[in-house]
Amino acid sequence: MILDSHVPDGPLSEKWEKHKFDLKLVNPANKRKYTVIVVGTGLAGGAAAASLSELGYDVLNFCIQDSPRRAHSIAAQGGINAAKNYPNDGDSAHRLFYDTIKGGDYRSREANVHRLAEVSNNIIDQCVAQGVPFAREYGGNLANRSFGGAQVSRTFYARGQTGQQLLLGAYGALMKQVDAGKVKMMPRREMLELVLVDGKAKGIVVRNLVTGEIERYSGHAVVIATGGYGNVFYLSTNAANSNVTASYRAYKRGAFFANPCYTQIHPTCIPVKGDLQSKLTLMSESLRNDGRVWVPKKSGDARSPNDIPDDERDYYLERRYPAFGNLVPRDVASRAAKKACDEGLGVGETKLAVYLDFRDAIKREGEAAIRAKYGNLFDMYEHITDENPYKVPMRIFPAVHYTMGGLWVDYNLMSTIPGLFVLGEANFSDHGANRLGASALMQGLADGYFVLPATIGGYLSSVSHKDRPETTVAEFDAAEKAASDRIEKLLGVNGTRTAVSFHRALGKIMWEHCGMARNMEGLARAISEIAALREEFWKDLKVVGGADEFSQGLERAGRVADFMEFAELMCRDALEREESCGGHFRDEHQTEDNEAKRDDEEFAHVAAWEYKEGADPVRHKEELNFENVKLTQRSYK
Amino acid sequence: MNLTLRVWRQKDASSEGQFETYEAQDISPDQSFLEMLDAVNEDLIVAGKAPIAFDHDCREGICGTCSLVIDGRAHGPDSGKTTCSLHMRRFSDGDNIVIEPFRAKAFPVVRDLVTDRSSFDRIIQSGGYISVKTGSAVEANAMPVPKENSDLAMDAAACIGCGACVAACPNASAMLFIGAKVSQMALLPQGQPEREQRVLKMVDTHDAEGFGNCTNEYECMKACPKEIDVANIARLNREYLKATITTRD
Ligand SMILES: Cc1cc2nc3c(=O)[nH]c(=O)nc-3n(C[C@H](O)[C@H](O)[C@H](O)COP(=O)(O)OP(=O)(O)OC[C@H]3O[C@@H](n4cnc5c(N)ncnc54)[C@H](O)[C@@H]3O)c2cc1C
Ligand code: FES
Repeated sequence: MILDSHVPDGPLSEKWEKHKFDLKLVNPANKRKYTVIVVGTGLAGGAAAASLSELGYDVLNFCIQDSPRRAHSIAAQGGINAAKNYPNDGDSAHRLFYDTIKGGDYRSREANVHRLAEVSNNIIDQCVAQGVPFAREYGGNLANRSFGGAQVSRTFYARGQTGQQLLLGAYGALMKQVDAGKVKMMPRREMLELVLVDGKAKGIVVRNLVTGEIERYSGHAVVIATGGYGNVFYLSTNAANSNVTASYRAYKRGAFFANPCYTQIHPTCIPVKGDLQSKLTLMSESLRNDGRVWVPKKSGDARSPNDIPDDERDYYLERRYPAFGNLVPRDVASRAAKKACDEGLGVGETKLAVYLDFRDAIKREGEAAIRAKYGNLFDMYEHITDENPYKVPMRIFPAVHYTMGGLWVDYNLMSTIPGLFVLGEANFSDHGANRLGASALMQGLADGYFVLPATIGGYLSSVSHKDRPETTVAEFDAAEKAASDRIEKLLGVNGTRTAVSFHRALGKIMWEHCGMARNMEGLARAISEIAALREEFWKDLKVVGGADEFSQGLERAGRVADFMEFAELMCRDALEREESCGGHFRDEHQTEDNEAKRDDEEFAHVAAWEYKEGADPVRHKEELNFENVKLTQRSYK
Repeated sequence: MNLTLRVWRQKDASSEGQFETYEAQDISPDQSFLEMLDAVNEDLIVAGKAPIAFDHDCREGICGTCSLVIDGRAHGPDSGKTTCSLHMRRFSDGDNIVIEPFRAKAFPVVRDLVTDRSSFDRIIQSGGYISVKTGSAVEANAMPVPKENSDLAMDAAACIGCGACVAACPNASAMLFIGAKVSQMALLPQGQPEREQRVLKMVDTHDAEGFGNCTNEYECMKACPKEIDVANIARLNREYLKATITTRD
């Protein structure tokens, strides 16, 4: 099968305008006859559901949480990029495009990324109009700050709660449409199956998490915006309910999964403490604007950090990357921290941490100024660690944070299944092998507010409004049966171990072998260990309670079961990609000074995996053509 | 440390609930309160007993999903914190801890410690937004906002919609929740066109959902994990009064 990205022709900066003109439109009077199912209420899903219904489509919107406002997007802290160039520091859509392509280590599609940069400014306008209280300067205009991987200041923020404020903006728009009867909101529902009729996506089967009932919904198209799969590592910065189930079920129905091995390990998280820890907490990248990262020069230096004089500290990012210093991209910063710890220079009890020090910034600007910028992050750090970061440097370590891989989509955000669209973190489209800070919020909102509302019309205009199946057709029966059989199977094992304990074990394997550095031997070992763990899971799992009740244990077991299969796909992908790029670092492929070594001859492509029942998955390629940027070794020196 | 828990158990909305006692053993002071409950649940499952249901998601104090009354206080003993941000170092070996759901007529129990807070969504539906269709916004800097107002709007917008204000209020009033949203919008130029309608509709929905009246007890502010100021209730009252005088049906 040839993967056609459907990128329109013409000059890069004119493609999107031209494409919007070329797309067929749905007659405004007919729009209400089309039902679109949107799974997810994060920035991508929430923005899409609101915008589609404003256009006139009938929308059904689902989420796991009790309210759409609680989607995982709420946790984003640092900010959102846009090429407004308010600081007059030389920014432009082209520069944002270029930084994103380069930051992604030349593994993303030029046309998609350019479109993202083009619509970035509209996002800020939209959010401000919704009442999102972005930070402002004294004159009343919007303020900006810098994020990693860029030398311009283009990040908009609302204290340390940018994701929350953007999501509440989208949630407001969504609630307005719910009130108008244009969106039917269905919280506490988990999508368990995608329903295809004649090869097209026409519905979903969900579990009502309160009653346990299996419910069926049909539509003319299905949109998946269910977020990332970082929780495959058990410990990550993702919310507890984040999962791969919706995407994985779609994959099993024929949607290709692209670049599953591309994972982002964020450099600044609070280090792990103890075995029973359930999640990791991010300290926003914005802290690297003022915080300086260092380790003692001497291994085993047991002095308190404040007693170590400057000439005995190694500010290793500033030393190795003088141009970008502490603001190198995430993958580079994470690997540098790992290297320092591998060399025995790590600090704290576990020696798996480095310092992020605000001493100089506080001296320069005063404690009040630093508090104004990062107060809530400093408080959060103190709550968790019981240490005061105004007085002692923070201790940080990399943690799983974001997944660049996701369901394969074309330029229209449609997957390989006609009528199935994928948005936000759940798709693979814009960040290549590494995402720059403050660009996930931008992408989720671009997809939801501006891209899908335009492209879905192109698809629906070719579908008759009568072409919506009843939920009583055989395809729905089969999908419901598949979902209930799986639930029965999970409940029927009746062994001795909890789903959480299996999840923890899976996370250990993944972190060890498919984390910050990977190699052939480790990945092969991981694949066999995962298979063994999976076997154990289906022999010894214990879930208490029935199918027809509120059961968080059953929810967890279902998600862990999917993670166990999906983890293997990630390892396979990592094994096949015999190069290092962005967040995917293969020990075998590095330069003399330990930087990632790409292989553009062999691997300048997207790997898109096709599920095969009872056989190994098949790896397809979408070649990436770079017409507007020159592929170079990424350098932040 | 070892602790004794008295936990509210209730099968579903229509069943009667009761307290049950559990032992939490070998708890480390570095564990979070929810991680302590995770540990209890692991033991319960292995013993074949139904684990304690409680809502949570982000586990870092921002999503507003977690919602427990701990020893009689919504979100527990520390001010300015959610349940998920509470750490066990706050407790001592041998402590007895009573854990209940957020209780209010407008928050019926779903199971054990999980409640249905969809009444908050319905309040927002009735007007807690600025109506602006996607694509119709003006250039962002065309509408400067004085920094002071913008900062006050952000203070109010920090509300996470957890419902602790309701759980803490002797009247189960949600005035702090509404006050926060009404204030945010009233402080911004974008919020002006719908200013009167918004406050009237939100207060109407609040009353219809079964939340009580505010009698200035200020328990809401003490329980609020985001420390939203009761000044927002004062602003709400002013806005409401102004709207009743100026709007004609
Ligand atoms: C701590 C943290 C901080 C971050 N900070 C930033 C930042 O500063 N800037 C930035 O750009 N990015 C940041 N990110 C990344 C960014 O927040 C996410 O990538 C983005 O919000 C994802 O949005 P989404 O809409 O794709 O998915 P999500 O927000 O994850 O939403 C997923 C939705 O799908 C629903 N769902 C999931 N599975 C199912 C299912 N099976 N059935 C039904 N519904 C389902 C969920 O209920 C939810 O509504 C951060 C991420 C984290 C973890
Ligand atoms: S779980 Fe999100 S606020 Fe507590």
